[in-house]
Amino acid sequence: MATKRVPDQRGRFGPFGGRYVPETLMPALDELSRQYGDARRDPEFRRELELLLKDYVGRPTPLRRADQMSQALGLDVFLKREDLNHTGAHKINNTVGQVLLARRMGKTRIIAETGAGQHGVATATAAALFGLKAEIYMGSEDVRRQALNVYRMKLLGAQVHPVESGTRTLKDATNEAIRDWVTNVRDTFYVIGSVVGPHPYPMMVRDFQSVIGKEARRQILKVSGHMPSHIVASVGGGSNSMGIFYPFRHDPVQLIGVEAAGEGVETGRHAASIQVAEPGILHGSLSYLLQDADGQIQPAHSISAGLDYPGVGPEHAYLHHTGRAQYVAIRDDQALRAFHQLSEWEGIIPALESAHAVAWVIEQAGRLQAEGGRVLINLSGRGDKDVDQVFQYESEKGVGRHG
Amino acid sequence: MDRIGQAFRTARAEGRAALIPYVTAGYPTLEQLPGLVRSLTRAGADVIEIGIPFSDPLADGPILQRAATEALAAGTRVRDVLRVVSQISTEAPPLVFLTYINPVFRYGIEEFARDSAQAGVAGWIIPDLPWLESRAVRDTAQQYGIALIPLAAPTSTDQHLKAIAHGHGFVYGVSVTGVTGVRDAVDTGVETLVARVKNFVDLPVAVGFGISTPAQAREVGRVADGVIVGSALVKTIADHRDACEEAAYQFVRGLREALDNLSAKA
Repeated sequence: MATKRVPDQRGRFGPFGGRYVPETLMPALDELSRQYGDARRDPEFRRELELLLKDYVGRPTPLRRADQMSQALGLDVFLKREDLNHTGAHKINNTVGQVLLARRMGKTRIIAETGAGQHGVATATAAALFGLKAEIYMGSEDVRRQALNVYRMKLLGAQVHPVESGTRTLKDATNEAIRDWVTNVRDTFYVIGSVVGPHPYPMMVRDFQSVIGKEARRQILKVSGHMPSHIVASVGGGSNSMGIFYPFRHDPVQLIGVEAAGEGVETGRHAASIQVAEPGILHGSLSYLLQDADGQIQPAHSISAGLDYPGVGPEHAYLHHTGRAQYVAIRDDQALRAFHQLSEWEGIIPALESAHAVAWVIEQAGRLQAEGGRVLINLSGRGDKDVDQVFQYESEKGVGRHG
Repeated sequence: MDRIGQAFRTARAEGRAALIPYVTAGYPTLEQLPGLVRSLTRAGADVIEIGIPFSDPLADGPILQRAATEALAAGTRVRDVLRVVSQISTEAPPLVFLTYINPVFRYGIEEFARDSAQAGVAGWIIPDLPWLESRAVRDTAQQYGIALIPLAAPTSTDQHLKAIAHGHGFVYGVSVTGVTGVRDAVDTGVETLVARVKNFVDLPVAVGFGISTPAQAREVGRVADGVIVGSALVKTIADHRDACEEAAYQFVRGLREALDNLSAKA
């Protein structure tokens, strides 16, 4: 099992990671690495972050056995309830940490990219908490599809910039956020929403999200007396999965990352970068990418906007490369079925992202049962944000529960 | 061998800064690239930058983004750019590719160096490959006689400027913190940037990002060894798509005359 500490000084996770940004940003990344290193060792910073996570975010989030699901599948299934965080998903764990760091560094302006708007809302929330101004880049196509999240960000005092370039989605919003950062690097802090980007972001976001796995490790031992056999989490950029995997990395636990197979990996309409496993460099790091023969980035597809990204964090590429984690993929239709199933079984409407993890456990229940599996699912977010979209989708397709 | 260095030396011998215009390959069409390069050559370019279009050009402003998007939509492929360049390089000043790192990485660094050299390309500028990450790329490029052009930004540290003293070709001085694009005025920090680079590096220093007019070229040409003009030229081409060779000629000729006048007055 891999025990080497990653990333190294240069931000490498084995062959992956690094810093592929314009020269203008390199001093800012050095400064960020230094300041983050100091903050991480500063008891005062840690205490302030812990208090915020407890009293503002609402941590620790519960971990509980999903009784009906366990009974239906014939194996023990536990849910880590990140959906119960303030703002309804795990994203806030990271934004509170980064905005706290921004304030410590004396940065007066906060920028972020967002796809469906969850990270944008979480960034706007953290910025509001600290009285800072947030500007959020969002593809104009996403602005149109996610009008309510745009309004949420505005309610929270943030300014939303629609991005008209490229495919007008998350990858283009990220390009535009980087362009803003290159321009305003002296006073601006860029809050990246996943374990992607140039070093130190993949490490820093992992560390802030690791609170999920640290709590879960303590909780599952207390609740069940055992380590889980499998930990299952969805992977877009990969922050919720890395957050729960990381504290278990030395334990005898199988780590399962579930990518979005969209309409099927074989159709080309998917977001499963690790299934395809083609190395490439985008948004500051070397990882796996959806790309064509010339290295042009290809659009991703998933019913879940949070998984709809053509890349994946470099540490996930590394865990795939070393074999420490397994990566699988679930289609839109399978995720939708799981969305319904978990709602009925447990009275919990999962985010479509999280429904991918639930779906894999349902699909693999026979094998997991035979292995005496005790499965821990990271329920990364709540599905309220997706209800409208699922309703529309099922109305169009003539399926679902509202016929 | 050192065609880029020679181009700068020639300009210096004429008492002026070198002129380095940029065009995006495949915009308006790849078939127009040879004609455009001929126009720029005739207008007095000393080095020509040829951009390989990329889907996610994060160092570029709106004009070059649009040019890349259109070039890709029209089906511009890396291999075709290499083929067309190989047909024009012998009759052009030194040609330098401006490309993002992923197309190079995907093509294969060694293969891209080999094919660039065969096509007669003298250098590469890779805006998202900072010096600290560039070891393998620049060593491979060097083996094929291609200079990986180092960049220096207003935020660059002395340590970075010392490191790039070992670079080849010229230093690309980024005039502002920001992306490429047309700007109303030259940043007041250009003179400081050039002086700082020259303190550590013997290579010629060419300045780009935001230089749009003959007056701005003249201003930058007073302090730098070279003047790079990209967005303003591509905008000229965009505004005169049907007669872009003539428009490009007139525009670059204007820039060159501004630099020549500078030497006349000096």
